Parts: sequence; C-alpha cells; structure tokens
Amino acid sequence: MTESHCILALLDDEPGVLDRVAALCRRRAFNIQSLTVSPASEPGASRMTLVVEATEIGARRVVAHLEKLVNVQSVDLLQSGDLARDLCLARVACGPAARPAVLQLAEVFRARVVDLAADSLVLECTGNRTKVDRFIEVLRPYGLLDLGRSGAVAMARNSEPLALGIPA
Amino acid sequence: MPELTGAQILWECLAREGVDTVFGYPGGAILPAYDALVDAPIHHVLVRHEQGACHMADGYARASGRVGVVVATSGPGATNLVTGLATAMLDSTPLVAITGQVGSGLLGTDAFQEVDVTGVTLPITKHNYLVTRAEDLAGVLREAFAVARGGRPGPVLVDITKDAQQARAAFDWDAAAPKRQHRRPTPQASIADLDQALAMLAQAERPVILAGHGITLGGARDVVQRFAESQDIPYACTLLGLGALPATHELALGMMGMHGEAWVNQAIQEADLLLALGMRFDDRVTGKLSSYAPKAKKIHVDIDRSEFNKNVSVDLAIHGDVQSVVEGLLAQATPRERPDWRARLRALRGDASVRDIQSLPDHGVLYAAHVIHDLWRLCPEATVVTDVGQHQMWEAQYWRHEGERSLITSGGLGTMGFALPAALGAQKARPDQEVWVVAGDGGFQMTSCELMTAVQEGLPLRIAVINNGFLGMVRQWQEFFYERRYAASPIQSPDFVKLAEAYGLTAFRVDSRGQIAEAVAKARAVTGPSLIEFRVQQEDSVFPMVPAGAALDEMIRRPAPSVLAETGADTA
Repeated sequence: MTESHCILALLDDEPGVLDRVAALCRRRAFNIQSLTVSPASEPGASRMTLVVEATEIGARRVVAHLEKLVNVQSVDLLQSGDLARDLCLARVACGPAARPAVLQLAEVFRARVVDLAADSLVLECTGNRTKVDRFIEVLRPYGLLDLGRSGAVAMARNSEPLALGIPA
Repeated sequence: MPELTGAQILWECLAREGVDTVFGYPGGAILPAYDALVDAPIHHVLVRHEQGACHMADGYARASGRVGVVVATSGPGATNLVTGLATAMLDSTPLVAITGQVGSGLLGTDAFQEVDVTGVTLPITKHNYLVTRAEDLAGVLREAFAVARGGRPGPVLVDITKDAQQARAAFDWDAAAPKRQHRRPTPQASIADLDQALAMLAQAERPVILAGHGITLGGARDVVQRFAESQDIPYACTLLGLGALPATHELALGMMGMHGEAWVNQAIQEADLLLALGMRFDDRVTGKLSSYAPKAKKIHVDIDRSEFNKNVSVDLAIHGDVQSVVEGLLAQATPRERPDWRARLRALRGDASVRDIQSLPDHGVLYAAHVIHDLWRLCPEATVVTDVGQHQMWEAQYWRHEGERSLITSGGLGTMGFALPAALGAQKARPDQEVWVVAGDGGFQMTSCELMTAVQEGLPLRIAVINNGFLGMVRQWQEFFYERRYAASPIQSPDFVKLAEAYGLTAFRVDSRGQIAEAVAKARAVTGPSLIEFRVQQEDSVFPMVPAGAALDEMIRRPAPSVLAETGADTA
C-alpha cells in the first residue's frame, strides 16, 4: 500500500545538490509529492524535506539511495507522529459582504490575514497537509484567485507524542 | 608549501594515488594537463576513440583491483566517455575520469567544445565534480579516488576548467585528505542478523549460495569457499560472479539465469534457502519474479542496501561487506553435510550432459562452443575478456574460470565493443598475464580501431573473433520469438585476417575444429598482438535459454542428439 512518507535530509550546501536528489527520484521513479530546501542551522548545510508517495519498503529504498549521494550528510525517514508543516498563501475573492464569513473560517483554521483589498484578501495558514487541504477546500466556494503552497517542512519529535496530541 | 599549476597538481595527486597508467586522448581544453604530463611519472596510452579509453581504464581496474583512470578533452571527448562510464557504473568498477572543460569565464555560453558533462554524466557516475579553481583540485581528486574505491565501487568524473589547470595554487596533500568519508563507515552486520541467518541455515535442507561480483570486490573468495565447504552448500554464480569462486570445485554448479545451465536454475527453483552474496537479483538472473525460487527463504548480503528488496523480496537482508559477514557466519556455524541434496543435484546434472554441445559430433562444422571449449583447454590460465552476445554466453558456459578476475565482461550494461579495449587495459595492468579477447564479428567491428593502440603499445594480446556472419544473439531472438524474420541481423565483415595484418598484427583463420590447436599455438608464439578469425556455424543458438519473462525452470533446451539426427538439424 502506498502512502505519504516524509524524509528529512541534511545536504552539503553546494551547487548541484538539488539536481542530484531530483535526478535520483526521476531515475528510480520515486513519486515526489513535495520537496522543500532551505539553509540549515548548521553552517554549510541545507535542510531538505522530501515527501514521497511510496510503500514502506519503497520509502526505505529512497532513504538508502539518498544515503549513497556523496553530498548528503544524513537522512531520516520520519514516523507518522513526527512534525510536518505546510504553509499556504490563499487569495480569496471576498467583497465586504462575504468578509465576516471568510474571517470566521480563517479563525477556525488559525489563519492570518496578510493582505486586504476591496474585493479580495490573502490568508496565510500553516499546518499539516490534511489541515491545509481542508482549509483550501472550505475557501474554494468563495473563489480562490491564487494559491501558493510550500510543501512540507518537517522535524522529528524528541519524545513520544503526547497521548492527547498537540493540535496541528 | 610548493606552488604548482592545477595541471601539475592533477598528475601529482594521481601519482600519489598509485596511478601508473592512464588512457586518454588530448584536445584543446585538456592541453595544459597534457603539457604537464610530459614531466609526470605516469604512462599515457593514446587510444583511437575515447570510448575505448574508458573501457581500457575499466579493464585495467577489473584485472587489477586498482582504480582505472581515463582522460579526455571537453565536449565530444567527454561525451564519448558516456558508454564507458555507464558500463563501469552498472558493473561497479572503480574508475576516475578526468575531463577538460572550457575556461570558467566561458561556462554556460555554448563555447567551442563546451558540454555540461557533469550534467550529462550525473546518472551514470557514482559522483562527479566541476572544478573551476586550482586550489580545489587536490581535495576533489583525493575524494574522487576515495569515492570510486569506497563501499560499492563505481566511476567518478572530475571536470576541470582550462583556467583551473593553468592557475597556480599551494599544494598541500595532507590538508586535501577526504573529509566526507566518515559519513559512510563500512556497515557491520549485527549479532541479531548473524544469529537469524545461522538459524535459517541450520533449518535448511536444500540451500544454494548465489555468488556475485561482490565476492571479488570485497576480497571474500577464501572465506566464502571455506564457508561453502564447511556447510556443504553448492554455489551458483552470476555472470560477473564467474571466477569469484573456483569453477571446478565439487560444490560449483555453474552460471545461473537466462543462459545458465538447466541444473543450476532447477537447483535454485528447488532450493529451500538462497544465500545471496554480493549480487543484485538482476532480471537476467531471476526470470519471472513471481515464480522465482518459490520454495526458498532468501538471505541477501550486500554492501549497498539500496539493492535490498528491489526485485526480490527477501526474508533477511544483511547490510555489510561479504567478507566480514561470511566470516561472522563461519565462526559460529557447525559444520554439516547434505548428501541427499548433493545427490539430487548430481541427478539433475546428468540429464543435461547428453544435450551438451560437447557431446555433439561436429560433422566438419565449426561450433563456437567447441572453439571456446578448446581455447579453455589450451589456455586454462588465461584472463578472458569477452564482448557481448552469443559468444559471451558460450564463454560463460564452456570456459571454466578457476581464478579470480579471470573473466572480464560487460554484464549489467551489455556493451558491445567492450572486449578489445577492456582487454588492452587488462593487459596493461597485468603485463605478464596471458590475455585473450573473445569477441563476435559484430561487437569487434565497433571498436576494432583500438587494434592500432595495441600495436603502438606493443601488447601481446590474443584475439579470437568468433565470426558467424550474424549479430548472433539478435538472430537467435528473431529465430525464437520473431518467426525467423532476420531484420538487420545478417552482418558483413571485412577480411579479419587482412584487417589485422594491415594494423601490423599476425593473424590466422580457422574453419574446422582440427585447425584450432595449431592456430592457437602459432598465435601464442607471436611477440606482439595476434588474431585468429574462427568461421563458425552461422545459425547456432545458445542453449538453454529462459525466454524473457518466463520462469527459471521454463527453459528452451538444446534438442538431444537423437532428435538432431532424425531432423538432420545438425548436418548444416
């Protein structure tokens, strides 16, 4: 059974590293759902979060292949309880009449207004993939004028997740 | 701290890495490096085509276990390496390719002879580098050699801009030591894994060892042989595993897979445990996956864990080098014997011998398999370098490879044209060893220009061209699967004897089995390179054959001699 697997890798910050990861995934036919790269806290390193659609064995093979790349420092396959967050920016068609309803939805999803115009507004929302998916779905009836999503940024939890869970 | 040019740093680093020979072809963007080569203690073999240089470095590495080095210029020089790099990648050969590149100021401008060679070779190298500054060169080269050799070996390309070759930089060997190697320590098998493997072995009644190239690459021949003897486990070899373990040992089964002997594949299908050592369950080895070794539990030992569960799901995967893993097993395993299983395998083998082409009368027809069998009898100690196709499979079946690195062949990529240049490299690496090229008439014509390189180097290569007038393996597939519609498989050849003589070789022609011994004796007596053209039966096929996509035990067998006599099929 295939499902989303989140892989966290530290890469040497040098030209062509992203090429190697992308070429590897293309050549081995790994299905990338999202890929985000940014400077890591360690100097000279980049931090990459790769979400692939794969079986459990397939995801382990992605990790095994990534480990073979010379400029990959470390790779971890995250577990379902680990942290993964997407960011989305959504411009919603929204005149004065619809505004209270849209703002109410934004509050439910803990989204922020980051731009406001007479006939539209831009909402910023972070959360796990499911939450962001739902956020977009509830906005869609109002008219989505533009949408940007980041793909996941992830981190392992240090300890067992709390039984109650912390809401995403 | 001495200050050297990038070009001087290049050769200094190569010499310190133990390189005594490089194979290459000069050109504009690599000229500064060639200028500095004059003063370096390294012999350069001038090839006739860069693809040949890459195969030579490959053959050099496979014959010696050292890193092979190929040098080419930018653009077309570099792109001509592509087939050779892919060949080395698929067969895990440690190789370092040095290419010149246009000046760093011209990068990305489509300058004369500019190609993005690090981009082109990204998927067919273990790693590659673009170096634009002389001061980076030593560190890159030292890491390149470490990467090429380390773990599962492979080719590494270093692309050096012309200005980086010309600029001067301080040369500090020690400071340039590779720093990223600690990230990939040699994996060690866990006690739990070894215990589980031992438990599975203890329960097995019909185990088979699948012996791959990793045994040779990991220096595990002795320990694997001792383990097989201690546990009384027969071993089957992959194509690249031939010679990893001795072929005439009582536990040796022979080659497995598409053209493996019938009893070998049958043994795998009946086995209750497969112990796969340094092999990767290639599709030519497994046949139809859903019916592969259905009764067997599978243990897979490999240094590259991305190979686990790729084609065949295994019950236990042990990440480690074959030598240390098998040493761990041997230390704890109780010796045992398996007389019933061995008797069963002897019975399987008996049925095959009546169909063996060795049992066929030749009626004056020269069979390629007879040629190869006789060559082996006459030169059992030789290193053989084969091309790709029917002759390659007959060689694998009829040449009994006792020694390690005694067969060099392009297995994974199946590169026609590999044999002659790779043999040249092998001869260069082992000057005192007798080296035979065994090639077909098709593949030989792909790289026959390297005959001149052999003459220029004065190498005593022995070349057997098996000429059947067809691209034989293509013809065989057309016969079996395409209703004998021989599209583009009949091939004409030059007079190979005259061709060889034009290059300055001594050459002979053989048309019947009775002439083989004398021709071989004459060829071996020649000081420089010599060639024998064997004109063999045109439409013979390699048996047995597992058709692509069929189960391993669904083999097309050679008709038994009685059937041949009735149909007259043997009296061509």
